[in-house]
Amino acid sequence: MSMLRTEEMTLNMGPQHPSTHGVLRFVIRTDGEVMREAIPDVGYLHRSIEKIAEKVGYHGFMPYTDRVDYVCAMFTNQAWGMACEKLAGVEVPRRGEYCRVIAAEFNRIASHLLTVGLMGMDIGAMTPFVHALREREMINDLIEELCGARLTFNYMRIGGVAWDLPPGWRDKALAYLDHLEPIVNEFNALFSYNKICIERLAKVAAIGPADAIDYNLVGPNLRAAGVNWDVRRDLPYSVYPEFDFEIPLGSGEWGAIGDAMDRYMMRIRELTQSARILRQALTQIPDGPVLAKVVRNFKPAAGECQVRVESARGDQGWYVVSDGTSYPWRVHVRTGSFAAMGMIQKLSRGLMIADLVVLIASLDVIAPEIDR
Amino acid sequence: MEAAEIYALVRARFPDQVVEIVEKRADPYAVVDPHAIAAICGFLRDDAALAMDCLNNQSGVDYKDRIEVVYHLFSYSHRHGAVIKVRLPRDQPALASVEPVWNSANWMEREIYDLLGVTFHGHSDMRRILMPEDWPGWPLRKDFVEPLEYHGISTVRESPIIRLDEKKK
Repeated sequence: MSMLRTEEMTLNMGPQHPSTHGVLRFVIRTDGEVMREAIPDVGYLHRSIEKIAEKVGYHGFMPYTDRVDYVCAMFTNQAWGMACEKLAGVEVPRRGEYCRVIAAEFNRIASHLLTVGLMGMDIGAMTPFVHALREREMINDLIEELCGARLTFNYMRIGGVAWDLPPGWRDKALAYLDHLEPIVNEFNALFSYNKICIERLAKVAAIGPADAIDYNLVGPNLRAAGVNWDVRRDLPYSVYPEFDFEIPLGSGEWGAIGDAMDRYMMRIRELTQSARILRQALTQIPDGPVLAKVVRNFKPAAGECQVRVESARGDQGWYVVSDGTSYPWRVHVRTGSFAAMGMIQKLSRGLMIADLVVLIASLDVIAPEIDR
Repeated sequence: MEAAEIYALVRARFPDQVVEIVEKRADPYAVVDPHAIAAICGFLRDDAALAMDCLNNQSGVDYKDRIEVVYHLFSYSHRHGAVIKVRLPRDQPALASVEPVWNSANWMEREIYDLLGVTFHGHSDMRRILMPEDWPGWPLRKDFVEPLEYHGISTVRESPIIRLDEKKK
């Protein structure tokens, strides 16, 4: 074996690579198939959204929040609404909160379906992607009926939501949930418990709880590492305390705790839990207005606040500073993908190049959320 | 533990380095001396009663007369949080990195450097992260003026509405 010549190569991956989930680039130092290190290079999707916030005012910024994470825009809408409400002391009507939770949980299902579908595609299976996208399409139809948009919703407002549920929408939504639950089992039988899937994902890039917290991983990635934490339950906001749901945790049943398979299964299990929350929300929803009276020239008192929202990619932290004028002084978003991306350089050491694709997909990194 | 108790503990340990504690706010915060930030953060993480194992958010804010770096800390074991701030001069702001304390600071400090021009000493990789490496100035500073072009690429465009009006003439 000593006759074989080895050499370290520097390879470029991206920025337009089909498996990088948006426009991002890696510089890979590799020796054959085994990587020494993959250095992420981000910023290709930087649209200076935080700077735009300082120019457009509080109401005007709502459509821009959609673009922070366009795969699950309801959560960025909700976080921005919550931050403004916390600064100005606005109370959202109960029906408005219910509408928010319903829209957000549907969006979580849509986002997770995209993630699990892409996971299949990234490891070379086209069929699961088509199955998952078919289901996501139905949610897009539902949300389109709700707010007129399929991707960048602009559904929420400071003080509630823009529109009430359309007539007959509730029954359609419940019918979709009846349809979804068997589909999850079908999807598991087709793909999740497929031997090829398990062999590709199990024991890849395992992240322990101490590392996950140290690198500030959030959401499903954190829970896959076995940390029992969900903002919806532990720092309750909106009407989440009124619902009964479970927080799935990584168990390491496929080899190592917090491996790619654990992270993948978190999304599958959260599909069922979101459906469970939705059923309760759709049956308990009270009557009443959906939007509080908020002045057009919205000027919260000088001050600052942080809000945390459990988005599909985990705890999203919004830090908003107001100086008492109608324009925010500073808005900063700390997103789940940003933290996850910061960890990839460490995780990539000693990994196969093909597993880098699995790592990106299992961390559910979305490029616009990193760059903002 | 409530935020007020946390700040009291920090003040007891670092009596001269805690500049101010502001409590009558939605999120109370403590302002500390920038020279002591690494020591204070190390204490917040390692003290058994505080155990701030996570740097949840780190942001920079330009206040025209000063630049503030804000640390949102959180403890998963005790389920409490704290907000620590440092105030820096606008002219060449610099302070010690907390990357040795929490690894998540690596990218967040790069972002603050990139957008506000705060240099972090002891950081392992102090490069721009979102903007191109040769970008002039610090975009999130209040006095930043966007250059009209970047490598011959215009950053402004003619308004399509004006163009339509001109066609009518």
